[in-house]
Amino acid sequence: MASITLENVGKVYPGGTRAIGDVNIDIADGEFIVLVGPSGCGKSTLLRMVAGLESITDGTVRIADRVVNEIEPADRDIAMVFQNYALYPHMSVRQNLEYGLKNRGTKRDEIDRRVAEAAGILQLEPYLDRKPRALSGGQRQRVAMGRAIVREPAAFLFDEPLSNLDAKLRVAMRLEIKELQKRLRTTSLYVTHDQLEAMTLADRLVVLNMGKVEQIGTPLEVYRRPASAFVAGFIGSPAMNLIPARAVPHLPGSAHAGLLGIRPEDMDITADGPIVLRINAVEELGAQRLVHGLVGGEAFTVTAPSDADLGEVLRLSVPTQALHRFDAESGKRLD
Amino acid sequence: MKRTIFRNQLLPWLLLAPQLAITFIFFIWPAAQAVWQSFLREDAFGMKSTFVGMANYWRLLDSPEYLNSLQVTAVFAVSVTILSMGFSLLLAVAVDRMIRSAQTYTTLLVWPYAVAPAVAGILWWFIFNPTIGILPYLLDQVGYNWNHISDKGDAMLLVVIASAWKQISYNFLFFVAGLQSIPASLREAAAIDGAGPVKRFFTITLPLISPTTFFLLVVNIVYAMFDTFAVIDSTTEGGPAQATNIMVYKVYFDGFVGQNLGSSGAQSVILMLIVIALTVIQFRWVEKKVEY
Ligand SMILES: Nc1ncnc2c1ncn2[C@@H]1O[C@H](COP(=O)(O)OP(=O)(O)O)[C@@H](O)[C@H]1O
Ligand SMILES: [Mg+2]
Repeated sequence: MASITLENVGKVYPGGTRAIGDVNIDIADGEFIVLVGPSGCGKSTLLRMVAGLESITDGTVRIADRVVNEIEPADRDIAMVFQNYALYPHMSVRQNLEYGLKNRGTKRDEIDRRVAEAAGILQLEPYLDRKPRALSGGQRQRVAMGRAIVREPAAFLFDEPLSNLDAKLRVAMRLEIKELQKRLRTTSLYVTHDQLEAMTLADRLVVLNMGKVEQIGTPLEVYRRPASAFVAGFIGSPAMNLIPARAVPHLPGSAHAGLLGIRPEDMDITADGPIVLRINAVEELGAQRLVHGLVGGEAFTVTAPSDADLGEVLRLSVPTQALHRFDAESGKRLD
Repeated sequence: MKRTIFRNQLLPWLLLAPQLAITFIFFIWPAAQAVWQSFLREDAFGMKSTFVGMANYWRLLDSPEYLNSLQVTAVFAVSVTILSMGFSLLLAVAVDRMIRSAQTYTTLLVWPYAVAPAVAGILWWFIFNPTIGILPYLLDQVGYNWNHISDKGDAMLLVVIASAWKQISYNFLFFVAGLQSIPASLREAAAIDGAGPVKRFFTITLPLISPTTFFLLVVNIVYAMFDTFAVIDSTTEGGPAQATNIMVYKVYFDGFVGQNLGSSGAQSVILMLIVIALTVIQFRWVEKKVEY
């Protein structure tokens, strides 16, 4: 187990693409950190720099207080779970699990013990002699996890490990990964573009945008006090409404010429609310409805009771503490 | 699929006729003739032939010359296959690395394919020619007297290298395609799993391209056994002292030069059987065994 520290880390790909700006992250021993951001924001690049699969062009990466910039992936004491699982197709599940241990000269009885243990935890015993192609997506995913576990590394690195699974399995595996990490207490760095997955898994979130860190914090902190308009729009589902302050002149703080953020679920429907919304689209959620309309000419979404209907006009009020203000230029939070 | 109905019963046959004629005239007819001839013996003047059953075959199996040719063919085919495949794989691995690190080089790949065969033919001739070749000169400098005209080993080496060289660009392309089909993440996973480049090559890369390798193995053996006639004919003509007289060359030599049609026929039948066997193995094996 180990801490991981990223200090002023940057990456410029050969060819000139700057994928990562100036990133600073401190990951405590045993912590589960999730890197989240839209596709192409540099999550994989950052993870692969920690793994040693991409060179580090700026800054330093430390694992267990050791600078690893120039250290081979094999010697960084990390294990990685790939998006496509990267199972060795010509080896049985058992051989897949053993490979990393054999390469390190682990003793036979120790290998057997660890493989048996991992297979037990992940319920892989019935499949040990199968080839990966004879497994379902979920089982393959488990083998990929197993390959990481048997190594008993200082840290786990995950690159979108669940994105090839169907929705139901994804939710189930999400829980399993969370429980497994709690149990093993291995420092973990997990990459996903799915904010819900990020929220449920993370001890702390790192929200990444265009190669830069927008915010680091616990899921609740990030949800309650997004540090920028980008984070506000990215974290939370349905997404936060972001409208120019001048579009809602009756709200407190609207004198300021910035952006106002209001979560769809944070509004009250009251007879004298200052915001007027004519419903022009409805999404059924079962217990509630998501209704869409225009406020001051901007798209706006509210969660409403299930009797709210098309064409109806809602009046909405916003509790002051539910109002987020952002600078129009930088997008930074203003308070 | 769309099915065309011909009213006229004759038309389909007419349309097929040219292809059928070619197959018949250039393949089935000569093959049948070879089989027929392999059972005949002509008298010394070529005036009449008599049916002798399997006698031509038994005689071949008793002939030291033919047994020598079998052995020469085996050595030749194995050497050509190993040399050309080994060298192509080496090139392919190097190129695969280059492509993975920079996509822009991909177009350069067409180069060896377009140029290699043409250059190869001329190149080896210049390299090995005993009087003006560069290699004999260099070997001479280090005290080795290269002469494939009189030295058996030199002659074999020459035809092996020349034949292998011609096959390299073909093998190379298949190997590159095979290597390219291995996802980068597999090698990365293996690297994290503590396997160095050499170990990765032998435990991950090589097993994963085994279908390609096996396919090429058969193709190269077939090539070395049957398609190297021109190389032998233009360099050693089977000599010196039968040292490079591979089976396919011997068929030609005994038949056309020696005018021993019965023996030549029997030899071609044996060659045909070998091709059929190799083809069967290829189909059976590639489909069943070499997979993961
Ligand atoms: N090998 C590479 N060479 C050049 N640019 C790359 C390479 N890999 C990724 N990039 C670029 O770096 C940026 C970040 O990519 P990536 O880390 O894969 O994003 P994410 O995983 O968040 O989707 C993208 O703009 C991508 O085009
Ligand atoms: Mg990615």
